[in-house]
Amino acid sequence: MKETEIQVLKIIEKNANLGVAKIAKMMGKSEQEIQQVIDDLEDKKAILGYSTLIDWAKVVEHEEVTAMVDVKVTPARGVGFDKVAERIYRFPEVKAVYLMSGAYDLSVTVNGKTMMDIGKFISEKLSALDSVLSTTTHFVLKRYKHDGFILEDDDEDDKRIVVSP
Amino acid sequence: MSKKSFVSKHVEDLKPSGIRRFFDVAAQMEDVISLGVGEPDFVTPWNFIEQSFHSLEQGYTSYTENAGMIELRKEISTYLNGNFQLDYDPAEQVIVTVGASQAIDLALRAVVEPSDEVIVVEPSFVAYVPTVSLAGGTPVTIQAEADNEFKLTAEAIEEAVTPRTKAIMLCNPNNPTGTFLTKEELEPIAEVIEKHDLVALSDEIYAELTYDASYTSFPSLAGMKERTILISGFSKAFAMTGWRLGYAAGPPDLIAAMVKIHQYTMMCAPTMAQHAALEAMKNGRPSVRDMFESYKQRRNFIVTSLNEMGLDCPNPGGAFYAFPSIKATGLSSAEFAEQLLHEEQVAVVPGDVFGESGEGYIRCSYATSLKQLDKAMDRMKRFVESRTPKTVS
Ligand SMILES: Cc1ncc(COP(=O)(O)O)c(C=O)c1O
Repeated sequence: MKETEIQVLKIIEKNANLGVAKIAKMMGKSEQEIQQVIDDLEDKKAILGYSTLIDWAKVVEHEEVTAMVDVKVTPARGVGFDKVAERIYRFPEVKAVYLMSGAYDLSVTVNGKTMMDIGKFISEKLSALDSVLSTTTHFVLKRYKHDGFILEDDDEDDKRIVVSP
Repeated sequence: MSKKSFVSKHVEDLKPSGIRRFFDVAAQMEDVISLGVGEPDFVTPWNFIEQSFHSLEQGYTSYTENAGMIELRKEISTYLNGNFQLDYDPAEQVIVTVGASQAIDLALRAVVEPSDEVIVVEPSFVAYVPTVSLAGGTPVTIQAEADNEFKLTAEAIEEAVTPRTKAIMLCNPNNPTGTFLTKEELEPIAEVIEKHDLVALSDEIYAELTYDASYTSFPSLAGMKERTILISGFSKAFAMTGWRLGYAAGPPDLIAAMVKIHQYTMMCAPTMAQHAALEAMKNGRPSVRDMFESYKQRRNFIVTSLNEMGLDCPNPGGAFYAFPSIKATGLSSAEFAEQLLHEEQVAVVPGDVFGESGEGYIRCSYATSLKQLDKAMDRMKRFVESRTPKTVS
């Protein structure tokens, strides 16, 4: 991949909300050039989408529970874990699926409105899959840091004196 | 009878810092976006801080060797070798100081005799001239020329040299101009320095923050190592200003002289800061790299913005300062800075506080988040537009 492309990715990975004009200025390039780079990256699916990191804990009306499920599966001949992973990731409740090294095979992140919902999903859908041997479910109690962002009310005030040599 | 002052004449005679005066005004105001800050906006990387905690837990709370912990001096020596191809013996050629500030002070006191002249290239870091005076020397200033992007030339040095010239202060990349000198531009300077048998005090605290070309450390030039005191520190690239940690490297006799002053006046640099610096040297590279990338993006952003609003600003090759001309507004540097502060709550530093050739310019530090920079540029644009006559097309 070209250096400019990598630079653009690094910038928008941190903040997808900058807009082409600002990114162009930061890189000392023209807006057209940056737009082209972004279009290409989208075509290549290097950029999959743009989402916003939200601290839902700040929204009292919002009910959401997250569980991380360790799943042991039997891989299928020829396709290994991919087929069963696909069976799992197609469920909209599933937010992430990773193949893991170590004691279990797939790490599955599941979101639901309540613990009951998640329990229902795991017992009725996930465990019910033929190739799933076992599941161990961990509910998230509190998020401190997510995708590089600290969720605690960090004191980010500038502590520097206003003018210095 | 009026009370006689107990303050010594030579301190009384020192000019008060122009920055200080400006700071007092800016500090009183609300909602100020400051582009006046000469230090990183990043908090020190966590692993450095954590290492310092650990050292305290382990009970490392006493003095270190005068010249600094030998482990740290070794790491500094390795770092200088790896990054700038310099070869300094950690035991005899490196001293750890309380910031580059103290290294400058020690270096000057170690070389300057009462009748000596020391050349300072302005616009310059505000401490050089007074520190030369405090060391008992006579500062002789050269005004770097805006037309030459404030680059020091061999000819300018040649004109300033007298039989009493002992040393020259160099700063590359430069605060406040951001000017960066390449190897080819430094070589003729080295030649005059050798010709006149001068000591070079090379402040390379911004060496890591050079954006467009590779850095040449002054003592790596032919014949310069024997006559250069390299001064640097952790404040800028490592985001460690408050830890007060710097260092100098140079010929053994000069470093020994500096250690001699240091042992009587300072004992040693702060121990907990030395531990943090040790971690910075060993494992600081990724953090330094990340901050570097941010500074570079912000530089591009601010330089483009300044030029777009009609303030002529050449691309500074290093440090984290842009030094645009404000002549198009018809205001003096001080007027520009004061009016901008009062009308738009943006603090910049008037260029003339760094030397007379800085008149007509302002220093804008881009060690500030992009979000703040963006806001500051909008405000400044509005201000500049209100001061420049609209050209009717
Ligand atoms: C050119 C230059 N040298 C030295 C220093 C002092 O740095 P330290 O914090 O290491 O004393 C500064 C700080 O602004 C500087 O800009």
